[in-house]
Amino acid sequence: MTSDSNPRTIVLDGETVAFERGETLFEIAQRHRRDVPSLCYDDRLDPFGGCRLCIVQLEGARKPVASCTTKAEPGMRVTTHNATLDMHRRVILEMVASENRDVDVDELSGYASQEMSTLLDRYDARSGRFDGAHSGTSRPDDGNPFILRDYDNCISCYRCVRVCAEQEGDYAISVMNRGFDTQITTEFGGFLEDSSCTFCGQCVQTCPTGALGDIKALRAKDVPEPVEKTRSVCPYCGVGCAVDILSKGDKVVGIQPAMDGPANEGALCVKGQFAFDFVHHPDRLKTPFVRNDHGQLVPASWDEALDKAAAGLLEAVNEHGRHSLYAVASGRAPNEAGYLMQKFVRAGLGTSYIDNCSRA
Amino acid sequence: MSNPLRDMEKPDVIFCIGTNMTECHPVAATRLKKAIANGARMIVADPRVIGLVEHADMHLQLRVGSDSALLLAMAHVIQRAGLIDPGFIAERTTEAEAFLEHVKEFTPEWASEICRVEPALIEEAAILYGTADRGAIYYTLGITEHICGVDNVQSLCNLALMTGNVGREGTGINPMRGQNNIQGAGDVGAIPNNYCGFQPVTDPAIQAKFEKAYGREIDREKGITKVRALDEAGKSIRAMFIDGENTVVTDPDREHCEHALKSLDFLVVCDLFMTETAELADVVFPATGFTETDGTQTNTERRVQRLRRAVPPPGEAKADWWIISRLAQRMGFHGFDYTDASEVFNELCRLSTTYAGLDWDRVEFGEYQWPVPEEGHPGTPRLHEDGFINGRGVFKLIRYRDPAETIDDDYPVWLTTGRRLESYHSRTQTGRSQGIDYLLPEEVLEVHPDDVTAWGLADGGWAEMASRRGAVTIRVKATERSPRGTVFSSFSFNDVPVNILTGAGYDPVTDTAELKVCPVTVRPASKSGGVAAD
Repeated sequence: MTSDSNPRTIVLDGETVAFERGETLFEIAQRHRRDVPSLCYDDRLDPFGGCRLCIVQLEGARKPVASCTTKAEPGMRVTTHNATLDMHRRVILEMVASENRDVDVDELSGYASQEMSTLLDRYDARSGRFDGAHSGTSRPDDGNPFILRDYDNCISCYRCVRVCAEQEGDYAISVMNRGFDTQITTEFGGFLEDSSCTFCGQCVQTCPTGALGDIKALRAKDVPEPVEKTRSVCPYCGVGCAVDILSKGDKVVGIQPAMDGPANEGALCVKGQFAFDFVHHPDRLKTPFVRNDHGQLVPASWDEALDKAAAGLLEAVNEHGRHSLYAVASGRAPNEAGYLMQKFVRAGLGTSYIDNCSRA
Repeated sequence: MSNPLRDMEKPDVIFCIGTNMTECHPVAATRLKKAIANGARMIVADPRVIGLVEHADMHLQLRVGSDSALLLAMAHVIQRAGLIDPGFIAERTTEAEAFLEHVKEFTPEWASEICRVEPALIEEAAILYGTADRGAIYYTLGITEHICGVDNVQSLCNLALMTGNVGREGTGINPMRGQNNIQGAGDVGAIPNNYCGFQPVTDPAIQAKFEKAYGREIDREKGITKVRALDEAGKSIRAMFIDGENTVVTDPDREHCEHALKSLDFLVVCDLFMTETAELADVVFPATGFTETDGTQTNTERRVQRLRRAVPPPGEAKADWWIISRLAQRMGFHGFDYTDASEVFNELCRLSTTYAGLDWDRVEFGEYQWPVPEEGHPGTPRLHEDGFINGRGVFKLIRYRDPAETIDDDYPVWLTTGRRLESYHSRTQTGRSQGIDYLLPEEVLEVHPDDVTAWGLADGGWAEMASRRGAVTIRVKATERSPRGTVFSSFSFNDVPVNILTGAGYDPVTDTAELKVCPVTVRPASKSGGVAAD
């Protein structure tokens, strides 16, 4: 209920800052680079208030509040970091970690997979003092080739459930039971393949613990080289999803969606997420080929192949005229390829005998 | 697309026609699902019960190839119900009077005879779209791969123009482009009628500009389309240079296509794999692909983004730009002494009108959508906001035409072809990626369960499907995704080369093949391909 006399500002750690109507304390804190921890937050999803790590102190409130679900109101005085908050956060993290078998998972598991272990280190929360029963039951029997379902590492943050519903609109992942017995599952507790899952991998990429993991990327976890990320664009449909190519040495080991990709904003589909390893398939052409005198295609050097191609194309042009050569550009290759294919016929032959694959 | 992808979350009425978006553009479909979660209503027009139908308020399950009749009747209802936008029509369009008169004869009852959609449903859909504040149209090849593809697109334009659903947030006429860079292939001028930036080859001033840039005289006539070139193969066309297209598998009428390529004196193919097309070549060049190539590509919303090399290519594979320019140099062509992809892209931008304000550095983060007419211009996420490029939007008087072939006693079943989520085109890439086979191991023919029974087929058994051009053997899947009398399959699997069957006709304007309609017979068969004995 802001009026003109009541400016839309709060005091954040002693600093007066403005906010937009409807903004949460967590969003304001993030915008002002306060490093408020969270495990259940994904900025593409509705706030959930599940993990309680994002608690802040609100002047006048008896207890700390979850900043992700608290909307800012004019005049609020908010503290994001002090010894009490840090103690609360450490205890929460110790308890969360105590339910899990592993707290360290390979970074190839998924985009957000290091969030939990990073926070455990930051809050010195690897004490093990609450160690006891583990929650969640893994599904090693789900034989799908893409998504690891290791619920021993699940912390019930519901990010997978929410991303599947809110971001994908697929509702393939659901929740069974309550409290300590909470189990992330699919409809009727079956395999992903039998659910409405499309294997887009969004759940894998938002999981903060590696409970859901990228099976294809994890094949390379024992490869010693460090993981490098290279920003590029998916090679499949025309949506143009930005991706980060994960590589180790000379090998592509996985794909992650670019969370800030302008066309996809963190989303991918099964092709973009998992159909990348054609690049290292043994069928890839590694040398040019030329047809020999016996009519067989045989490997050749670049010099030989370029000479033979030039001679063959020129022979047609010389015998039948420049309109006897036709070029077809690719809708799959980069702009530079298409541009040069058209320049090839226009600058080379003075014709417009060029097309691409858009008519079929 | 006239509007940006992020606008897909903004319409209050969505009209999807001929687009199987949840399978072919899954990430774009997630945005429509969000719009629907926020209260948008959706009309889906498609012969099949595609994934989008689950999310739709209305499904217009029209007969394949009858789109223009449906769209004429929708225009009729919008006109009759007074749902036109007179202000928009007066300010922004021309030929409206003739159009509004023209549609009077095309009643929903008339269309119903052709489309097999209830008149009341056509009426309801038209009123829903006609009353939208922000009505957005999305379409794909289900509209364009017909002999009347241009008519269909113009019919959609008519609907948007008469209701003023253009040039605003959450509206527009939005084709979802199929391949990662099919938009770019047209943008850069790899088409017979235009130079880069859609500058017509027939315009003398443009001719002069490019003759100067390329240092030679260039034809003042358009070239021919690939469809015509394949028809002329072995006749006036004697040699071809094909970059990254598996023509044999993805083009219609495979036998004709294979014969065409074989009758050339000389064929050069550039690809990642020894495709069915490359196997016919005299020289095959190994190209670099995704993860190995620096370059740019342009998406369906006209956004130019950078591709980056992460790993070295296999063996001696080279980037397409290198291969094409080195071949050009050996043929004695001038102007091909490039040393990297950025030089090529910067030359393209200098000569283009739509990319004129871009260069290699400016597309670093992919924030520009063309047209970007000059340096400093912010790009154009939404087209037609202040006016149409050619002045006014022109209404076109469309009449329904039958497909090139229609069903008869010999070929009584409609086949329509398309794509599936897990496969991409001829599977040269998805077919070589681990795990994809787990989800989609083979091609199937989707047949309505009642037709499975009526035609003596068995769910999971084999069928021989034949058209006037050939026959394939394919496994049968009983599913209510297909309506009675219409079957569906993709063309992705080489062991079920469905494009042997297709190719009855082409759009007279664009030469786009009628891949979406093909009358066939479907009979029980044994796996070896023989027709089963009774």
